[in-house]
Amino acid sequence: MSRQVSSSDSAMRWATGFFRDRNRTIYTILLVGALLFPSIADITTGGEGNHLVSTAADAGVFVLLAIGLNIVVGFAGLLDLGYAAFFAIGAYTYGLLASGLLSGSPLHQEFHFPFWIMLFVAMGVAAAFGAILGAPTLRLRGDYLAIVTLGFGEIVPRIFRFLGAGSPIGNWTGGVNGIAAIDPPTLPFFLTGPWVGAPIQVVKPFDFSDPIAYPMDFYLLILILVVLSIFAVNNLQNSRLGRAWMAVREDEVAAAASGVNTVAIKLLAFSIGASFSGFAGCYYGAKLSTVGSENFEFIVSVTILIMVVLGGMGNIPGVIVGALTISFVNFYVLTNLPDYASSIASTIGLDFLNKSSGDWIGLHDEVQRLNYLIFGLILVVVMLLRPQGLFPSRIREQELEKGTAEEAVFDLREGSPE
Amino acid sequence: MLVVLLAPKAASDLSLFVQILVIGIANGAIYALIALGYTMVYGIIELINFAHGDVFTLGAFLSLPLLGAFGLTEGKSSGVSVYLALILIAAIVMLLTGTINVVIERVAYRPLRNAPRLAPLITAVGMSFILEGIMYFWRGASPIHYPDLIPNPRIPLLAGATIGLKDIIVIVVAIVLVILLTVFINGSKLGKAMRATAQDREAAQLMGIDINRTIAATFFIGAVLAGAGGVIFGLYFNSVRFDLGFGVGLFAFTAAVFGGIGNIQGAALGGLAIGLVQAFSNAYYQSALTDVWIFAILILVLVFRPTGLLGMQVPER
Repeated sequence: MSRQVSSSDSAMRWATGFFRDRNRTIYTILLVGALLFPSIADITTGGEGNHLVSTAADAGVFVLLAIGLNIVVGFAGLLDLGYAAFFAIGAYTYGLLASGLLSGSPLHQEFHFPFWIMLFVAMGVAAAFGAILGAPTLRLRGDYLAIVTLGFGEIVPRIFRFLGAGSPIGNWTGGVNGIAAIDPPTLPFFLTGPWVGAPIQVVKPFDFSDPIAYPMDFYLLILILVVLSIFAVNNLQNSRLGRAWMAVREDEVAAAASGVNTVAIKLLAFSIGASFSGFAGCYYGAKLSTVGSENFEFIVSVTILIMVVLGGMGNIPGVIVGALTISFVNFYVLTNLPDYASSIASTIGLDFLNKSSGDWIGLHDEVQRLNYLIFGLILVVVMLLRPQGLFPSRIREQELEKGTAEEAVFDLREGSPE
Repeated sequence: MLVVLLAPKAASDLSLFVQILVIGIANGAIYALIALGYTMVYGIIELINFAHGDVFTLGAFLSLPLLGAFGLTEGKSSGVSVYLALILIAAIVMLLTGTINVVIERVAYRPLRNAPRLAPLITAVGMSFILEGIMYFWRGASPIHYPDLIPNPRIPLLAGATIGLKDIIVIVVAIVLVILLTVFINGSKLGKAMRATAQDREAAQLMGIDINRTIAATFFIGAVLAGAGGVIFGLYFNSVRFDLGFGVGLFAFTAAVFGGIGNIQGAALGGLAIGLVQAFSNAYYQSALTDVWIFAILILVLVFRPTGLLGMQVPER
């Protein structure tokens, strides 16, 4: 990006050329925004930005999840309604192998593997489960696959909840209490500086021990993971495998006729998508330092799917924007709206609205009660205004615009395609 | 396999076995009523209508003020007039939920009929949130007591087991509604239009069928059944909550897939199956694992019979 240019004129020309590509523009804005975000948060809140940075790191997890689900739904066109199951598997894999929990299991032996190795182990375990689930079921037609994934997504958290203390085979998962005191990631040395409110210095050994006081470390970590994932998925998309996914998505029969092994290709999409979820789960467990089955319910799968579809299926920057938008709405707008509403009411002299009287429970709580409604309205309105998502993939957009006439003819012969 | 698991239990305590069977059938009847709406909508426009479960809850919620308006109060009202009032209330609720569902289809699904497939799925999730939000705003988050209006005398069955009057009413109402629906779908002109539209929308249109009207009618009938289900649920369990439709809807949808989605009898059978598995697993095995069994059976059924129990083999599109 830091290309040397001799004059301001050629710099202009280079910039117009560079930003003509919408995706590049989005990436640039996102990267700059992500790097500046902690400072902005700190300044706007008067030095109390830690909570915002921590929330942003959580949003980063959802970005990672959305990028992963996009492989399954956006690239390969398979509907996955149980994606949170793989997220749970990743988080529990790290939680079990990096905490004291297993000392209470029939193994009587606790493990403390380092985070960096476990990132890849969690990826592998989630991918393996993706393959195990996918192998017998990927031959299913369209939405039946979605139901199988939905079922799997319902089963996994319940099994984690069941295998706690008192289960017939002993306490393997902490049950309803989940796993607490999971090890933070550690590094042999690390550079800290003004961004955590300290002078620049080398700390060794370093551990990410305090996510409340120093969320910055976790924020940087997720930023790096997300950037690496974007590179990886971008390369995947442009590879032979990526083209095969798109071929299967557009027309499975034609893809098979052209020599694409559709079952293997779909299995890979499923597995690789799951591996990102496992990856994200491992980070999530380390950041929260606790995992519980209630973090991985059906609603989480649906939320990730909303992020992918709303952002623009199949387009990585679009999906990232979708994940950030929904995270922003969920973690910031809906949580702060009641406070804003009541403070606005008292500033403009409508303070009586804040007091409860009869059925009226006060503006703050009334607005809080509207959360579901507001979220639902946002989803419906955005989808009605932009059925392709906020930033759909360019190629796909053109296909959809040009393809309408051809599809109508195709419909009559073959029944509706997709 | 199920027979092997259940036979010894049945032999050891027949009374308990029959009792659980009754509970399972009654619960299954309610699931079946909701599953029908999922299966009809999926059959005709291939949409998993996530808002359907909440239309069911809305049925229960809408009937609450009506009960008051008709002067029905727990413990005081009795006799034939209660049943007549309840039938009238159910009819009003069914009309209301039907109309609401038609509006939902018009606003949130019809504009997206030619959009990418997942777009209406997301608006369905959005509508589900909106309906839950309305009910939450209206009645709050805590469970609401639903008046216990029907006396529940136990009628002896075989081996000392009994069946309550409520169980009988639930089962009879569900059976009657399923039969009416089957007759309607197979016999009436609109039913024929629905089947034609489900089979091939464009061809149906070329034959002069008004597609929009037919799809709206499908949503209407599905929601009518869901509304009836809501009232019955309230009378049977005497407690409702704004997010009830989420969990019940998930099982009803599972039931629809289980029986073969798009198939009316399949949905009824699936609902019954889910109700039975749930009742037996709760009573004989760990209730914490009940849902695991249900979804595991669902996955197994789909692996070995990819179109559900009664689903027809449709060629790959």
